[in-house]
Amino acid sequence: MKIIISNSSDEPIYEQISKQIKGMILKGELKEGDLLPSIRGLARDLQISVITTKRAYDELEKEGFIETVQGKGSFVAAQNKELMKEKKLKIIEEKLVEVVEESKLLGLSYEEIEEMLKILFEEV
Amino acid sequence: MDYILEVKDLRKEFKNFTIDDISFKLEPGYIMGFIGPNGAGKSTTIKLIMNLLKKDGGEIKIFGKDHVKYEKEIKDRIGFVYDENYYYEDLTINQMKSIVAPFYSRWDNNQFNYYIKEFDLNPRVKIKTLSKGMKMKFSLAIALSHHADLIIMDEPTSGLDPVFRREILDILYNIIQDDTKSIFFSTHITTDLEKIADYITFINEGKVVFSKSKDEILESYAIVKGGTDLLDENTRKQFIGLRETKVGFEGLTDNLNNIKSTFGNKVLIEKASLEDIMVYSVRGKEYVRDY
Repeated sequence: MKIIISNSSDEPIYEQISKQIKGMILKGELKEGDLLPSIRGLARDLQISVITTKRAYDELEKEGFIETVQGKGSFVAAQNKELMKEKKLKIIEEKLVEVVEESKLLGLSYEEIEEMLKILFEEV
Repeated sequence: MDYILEVKDLRKEFKNFTIDDISFKLEPGYIMGFIGPNGAGKSTTIKLIMNLLKKDGGEIKIFGKDHVKYEKEIKDRIGFVYDENYYYEDLTINQMKSIVAPFYSRWDNNQFNYYIKEFDLNPRVKIKTLSKGMKMKFSLAIALSHHADLIIMDEPTSGLDPVFRREILDILYNIIQDDTKSIFFSTHITTDLEKIADYITFINEGKVVFSKSKDEILESYAIVKGGTDLLDENTRKQFIGLRETKVGFEGLTDNLNNIKSTFGNKVLIEKASLEDIMVYSVRGKEYVRDY
């Protein structure tokens, strides 16, 4: 498991953690039942406060990605397949929005992006 | 909720300085940083907590118990690091340890020897020959060697180099792996706190400015930078602290929405550090002129 925190990012640290763990779950790198690092252990390893780490885990729990068993730790929760797909689609959509925004800044046309996408689709 | 340390309306009057109704609480399992400029009352507050100074008013509870009535029992469970050396200068580290150890019911000699080795201290040298940093290390070794539930430290990182300050942070992280233990320490080196502290209590001129979770603090303040043409009597009021020069201004705010609606995108907004918050809150507004 790899979590990298940027102190200069505008994104709050708890969000950086929850996003990265979410990403690992969606990509299947973390599977149902996998044990996550303890809140206090992770705080030490990342050199951040316990409260920040706790907040990241609370977010993940609220969104149904993990479950915390008192005294045992936090585990990756069972994921609903339909829901997972929907979540993944949403991530793709968000990324495409970014692409569209960047392209408009550069003044690229729809056709130009489509061409790019077509090439990438065949290559990757 | 049971608190490991609870200070309520603490009061102490001196001739020309008053600790004025200081209140804050710390839960088990967390770290609180105690910040403020020199002379704000940090050391005095800590001495009042430790009952080294008698308070004039208010209440202090440690482990849920009155700190004077249960002083002996409470101090057995506290690891305390002073900002000045209170050991006998002519004794060696080992001799001094032998004097201190019997005061603690849970003294752990193996633990002490571990830290002495870890901190590169020679147990056979006299305390007066130790450097400031080495004395601090010795104090820490004593404080950490009797399985204390609450560690209270007055400026533990001052006089220490960055390498050892990091080492201390690691030691503190290891202590709070046990979620029944807490740490309370004063410092003016805020970068240490920016990493480890869960809560920050900021005092100035004997009063609490705030006592909140660090995340909440860092999210509510921001630094705003812009040209001085944007400032007038009204817009200046929106800042807690302001530094104006010929080439522009930099200010601290805790109301970002107001700032955004006033200045729009004519200003640069950045995250505020604990140091920014402390400096601007203490200094207020100033105009920097040519000398």
